[in-house]
Amino acid sequence: MENTLYTVTVYSENQVGLLNQVTIVFTRRQVNIESLTVSRSAIPGIHKFTITAYTDKETIRKIVLQIEKRIDVLKAYYYTDEDIIFQEIALYKVPTDSLMSNNETETLVRKFNARILEVTKEYTVIEQAGHKAEIDAMFEALNKNKILQFVRSGRVAITRSPVERLSNFLEEMEARRKEVVNENN
Amino acid sequence: MEKKKITGAEALLFAFAEEKVDTIFGYPGGAIIPVFDALYTHKEKLAFNHILTRHEQGAAHAAQGYARVSGKVGVVIVTSGPAAANIVTGVADAMLDSTPIVVVTGQTSVAALGSDAFQETDVLGITQAVTKWSYQIRRAEDIPWAVARAFYIAREGRPGPVVLDLSKDAQNQLMEFSYEKCRYIRSYQPEPKLRQDKIAEAAQLINQARQPFAVIGQGVILGKAEQELFDFLNKADIPAASTLLGLAVMPVDYRLNMGMVGMHGNVAPNKKTNECDVLIAIGMRFSDRVTGKLSEYAPQAKVIHFDIDPSEINKNVKVEVGVLGNVKKTLPAVTELLNKAEHKEWIESFEEHKSCEDREVVSKDLHPDNGILTMAEVVKCLSDNTGQNTIVVTDVGQNQITAARYFSAFNTRKIVTSGGLGTMGFGLPAGIGAALGSPESKTFVVSGDGGIQMTIQELGTIMEYKIPVKVIILNNNYLGMVRQWQELFYEERYSSTSIQNPDFVALAAAYGIKGRKVEQRQDLAEAVREMIASDSAYVLEVMVEKKGIVYPMVPAGKCITEIMLKN
Ligand SMILES: Cc1ncc(C[n+]2csc(CCOP(=O)(O)OP(=O)(O)O)c2C)c(N)n1
Ligand SMILES: [Mg+2]
Repeated sequence: MENTLYTVTVYSENQVGLLNQVTIVFTRRQVNIESLTVSRSAIPGIHKFTITAYTDKETIRKIVLQIEKRIDVLKAYYYTDEDIIFQEIALYKVPTDSLMSNNETETLVRKFNARILEVTKEYTVIEQAGHKAEIDAMFEALNKNKILQFVRSGRVAITRSPVERLSNFLEEMEARRKEVVNENN
Repeated sequence: MEKKKITGAEALLFAFAEEKVDTIFGYPGGAIIPVFDALYTHKEKLAFNHILTRHEQGAAHAAQGYARVSGKVGVVIVTSGPAAANIVTGVADAMLDSTPIVVVTGQTSVAALGSDAFQETDVLGITQAVTKWSYQIRRAEDIPWAVARAFYIAREGRPGPVVLDLSKDAQNQLMEFSYEKCRYIRSYQPEPKLRQDKIAEAAQLINQARQPFAVIGQGVILGKAEQELFDFLNKADIPAASTLLGLAVMPVDYRLNMGMVGMHGNVAPNKKTNECDVLIAIGMRFSDRVTGKLSEYAPQAKVIHFDIDPSEINKNVKVEVGVLGNVKKTLPAVTELLNKAEHKEWIESFEEHKSCEDREVVSKDLHPDNGILTMAEVVKCLSDNTGQNTIVVTDVGQNQITAARYFSAFNTRKIVTSGGLGTMGFGLPAGIGAALGSPESKTFVVSGDGGIQMTIQELGTIMEYKIPVKVIILNNNYLGMVRQWQELFYEERYSSTSIQNPDFVALAAAYGIKGRKVEQRQDLAEAVREMIASDSAYVLEVMVEKKGIVYPMVPAGKCITEIMLKN
């Protein structure tokens, strides 16, 4: 089966050791994680992992179910790029003299919608947000001159649905809680 | 009035009492002394039956045996570091075989965590991959909450092992105790919601089937759905077979029981798996030991899979309909929609394979043409001389397969074996747990000469607590199952499989346990009866054929229809 870049979103309780529980599922299935970002979600107390990995649909489906099986995971979903709005961020450090000697760097900054964060005598720090291909392209362009340092973040992504997709699940679970409480009254 | 404060260690025990724990398997040590001290304080009031095993692995397996026969949660308390490492085999075994156990490991004080303190191991790091849940308790006040959750998680949904790593300061801190049983966890849905559309689809497929065939797994036992299963099978007249872990759900004399599937299962159900038109998998997980070569497993059949675990559906075998939920509820829902049917011809067609197996394998196993006893004769003799309330706990290897094949179980939960992990050394300690978990039954351990020595120190536990376990050692002086593979697939290159053994009867005697060694066929029946009649523990060593082979066998990675009856 052909490999596609999948984005997995995992919603979890804030428990120690969850990252390990999530990543070992990928490891066992021999899938390398391309990028991983952990943050809060819009729902108080609930954390969100955004993970990207190249694999096939069969495998990603199994991975997501096995992640969901972990007790402290509320829900996990997988997406292809069409399903989501996503972004990565890159920081470049380039020598300032290259910026001074010609306007090429400035042109690139404009072209790629990047911005300059800090300028000192020796170096300039540029921030770029975009898709991986755009970042790769700017990297290539800047690298014709010189890049002193570079880093790219993991992908962050949100779905096209109006609220966190988890909301439905939470409603269901809340109904369950009420049921359980009633049973015992 | 201010509530009386107690220590975290006491809170742990009070929480156990709230969960109706009666038996604890454990082993003390530095990082868990406060808990053992609390056991001492409350030995009258709480009156737990604490069983000091001889090795922590034994404690874990004993808890498994206890849980498997009783349906209750098995409980283990051990110290940190080496002890925590020693329970990992039992925990991993419980994970693969969905056995509910709660293991408490001591842990170094919170301030010392991460400093490579004495007997500190990263228990969470080690156990996360082999537990349903593992959690480190750092404050006494969290103990009731964590224990309540642990029992809920171990027991509900698809059961499994939970590890609680309890820091020493949490054991010593004072706290006010109050307990609330866990009934709900926001992030965990133990039983998926019943879907009427899937129930209807499943019923329709079964109603249309001309040659339906069911494979029964441990899910039926775990869901306590034995009666629901019989109602289901009877109504639509569906022949059925079990997996190794599903054994004993269907009595051997049940009309629709066609035996066992899998690598060493019976010929008929293996072959019929690839002939049926609708394959109904009930609470089983299509392990590779069941399916053989996956791409050639039941390619002709429409598959219906009943399971409680969503991640099992379409994991190994692609299914037509996945019916999620507890089989206790899903089976009757489907049965309701079934037409009464009869599949006389189809059921009779199993007979041909059965008589072939009887001729080619069973009769040779039970009536060998030489003087040397076979494993099958011994198990059959045990089976013939025992009744309904008999539990057989096996070790792993040829002894296990022979026990599974030749012990006739008439009741659910009467066969306990390590299926998924195949842990040698499981039998003896699990037998101890089984005997304590089901005192109304007689418990027999069937072990090999190799496996028994992996946990043989538990004879000490049997001695101390006078546990009336009967142990049958099928001694072939070989690591028989591996030797079998070497004979069949490695040109008889017996690398490290012949094994020199101690005098097992003398060893038993050293522990004050009665024993007897049988070498001749004429002595077998009498010795077996003597063992059965004994009120106390007993070790029966039987010298069996050295180079026996357990047939039938589906060679690893081969299609199940390529089942071998002989070489
Ligand atoms: C802990 C462990 N180590 C190794 C194995 C591999 N293994 C499976 S069966 C077997 C031979 C068992 O020998 P014995 O206990 O004498 O039983 P027999 O097959 O001879 O009945 C071995 C070594 C295992 N299953 N478990
Ligand atoms: Mg042996």
